[in-house]
Amino acid sequence: MPYGLQSNMELLRKLLVGFVRDEVNKVGLNKVILGLSGGIDSALVAFIAAEALGGDNVHAVCMPYKTSNPESEEHARLVASACGVNFSVIPISTMVDAYFELFPDANNMRRGNKMARERMTILFDQSALLGALVLGTSNKTELLLGYGTLYGDMASALNPIGDIYKSQVWELSAFMGVPVEVIEKKPSADLWMGQTDEEELGFTYSKVDELLYLMVDQRLTRSELIAEGLESEFVDMIYLKIQNSHFKRRLPVIAKVSNRTIDRDFRYARDWGK
Amino acid sequence: MDFTAVLAQIKPKLGCVADNLRIIESEITKAREAGIDLIIFPELAVSGYFLKDLVPEVALKLDSPEIARLIELSNGISIAIGFVEESDDYLFYNSALYLESGEIRHLHRKVYLPTYGLFDEQRYLARGEKFRAFDTKFGRFGLLICEDMWHLSASYILAMDGAVTLICLSSSPSRGIEGDSLGAAASWQKLSSTTALFLNCRVLYCNRVGFEDGVNFWGGSEYVAPSGKSVVRGPLFDEGFVTVKIDEGSLRRERIFSPMIRDESLSVTMKELARISGEREK
Repeated sequence: MPYGLQSNMELLRKLLVGFVRDEVNKVGLNKVILGLSGGIDSALVAFIAAEALGGDNVHAVCMPYKTSNPESEEHARLVASACGVNFSVIPISTMVDAYFELFPDANNMRRGNKMARERMTILFDQSALLGALVLGTSNKTELLLGYGTLYGDMASALNPIGDIYKSQVWELSAFMGVPVEVIEKKPSADLWMGQTDEEELGFTYSKVDELLYLMVDQRLTRSELIAEGLESEFVDMIYLKIQNSHFKRRLPVIAKVSNRTIDRDFRYARDWGK
Repeated sequence: MDFTAVLAQIKPKLGCVADNLRIIESEITKAREAGIDLIIFPELAVSGYFLKDLVPEVALKLDSPEIARLIELSNGISIAIGFVEESDDYLFYNSALYLESGEIRHLHRKVYLPTYGLFDEQRYLARGEKFRAFDTKFGRFGLLICEDMWHLSASYILAMDGAVTLICLSSSPSRGIEGDSLGAAASWQKLSSTTALFLNCRVLYCNRVGFEDGVNFWGGSEYVAPSGKSVVRGPLFDEGFVTVKIDEGSLRRERIFSPMIRDESLSVTMKELARISGEREK
């Protein structure tokens, strides 16, 4: 692992816990809600949130589809009890199936995106019910690669782990006591049977994290990356993935008409007045 | 003379001037009750940092009632504080005031406005044009605002102008979580220590805490003695009321041990800088 990814876990933990506490409290709330998939990213966010706000103020919702691996729900339950947060299960099969009865030929990608967005609508509805902010669970690796569903799992009010790579998620999870079963299993979006991230992406997280760190954080040029021993095809492919998924990381484009267009020349911090 | 200071490591609310003034006033009261001589607040303590288009909304003129109140409070305790200043010709500065005995002793307008990475100050603020030392009850001081201190010339000018105490008001964001300590904190600690050591002067550094749009400010306010040694350091990330005792003797001794400032040749520096400036203009 490159030096820059070898993080100071105690500091990182303090920073992220403080982030959740401060950003939630300053809008006058003390509760958060998140989707708990049984995977490592949401497990880590649940641990961070529990430490920041107390387990009673954290609501974790597991939202399985009928093809989801049953082990995922077991792991979600295990994580919720390990960090002492509220846990509920809201299956999404009936809602998703009702829609795809109209489009029986839909492919895996459409089905997977629909499931992610179904879960988003549930989280935001429950957030209104509970007076809780929705926590995001996308890490920096998947945000940069665009490996997520726009307005689905990428939607949230606050994301504590969006600036740490998957390799760092693993390390911090171990440090914070996330159950070992969750840390050691193969990462999967669990949208269909047998799916694993690394197989679908075609490379390992540790390999791509090294490249992303050098390219994005250290700003090495293409020739410098190749001199570091990275393959040119790999460098080019990842560069294109970042570029082509950039729309997912931005607000919708607004046609400029007036003198003050939102986000272009109407600029305020989100924490305006907080 | 010996004196006591407090580095008020507060957490301002973004754009909420009235709320922040309440926080500031309560810290001042606390310090006065503790018999402190000088209280130092962070950069933009009155307004918060990532202001963007809020700059004109939170700006204060020097004759505003808010500044008048701070001036009045300085009758019991000297105050260094950062705010957005609106000038009579409607320019907006990232400014710091030094208030003492019911009057403004010094106004510094931040010269070096960082506009790179996560910083965007030059888009919203006007640039100050001078560094001047000034006299206080506690000797001759120099005021710097955050990025100013990263320019060697700024502290050098103040030291040449006779300042023996440098006050730096800061809103420094956390970044760099590799290694033993926070990257931003480690760099600042090195900078404060080196500045004190090179110029045989004290550094009083006050940094804020809290989050704005996910960006954390790390705190870690500190008093660095003229030897470059960190004497007191405030907590990382948490609010703090960092009390420091400053003794005249250590400054005197340091200036006897390491008389670099005595030996510093202003004329050589001036001659060479004038040459360089001339050559650049060719």
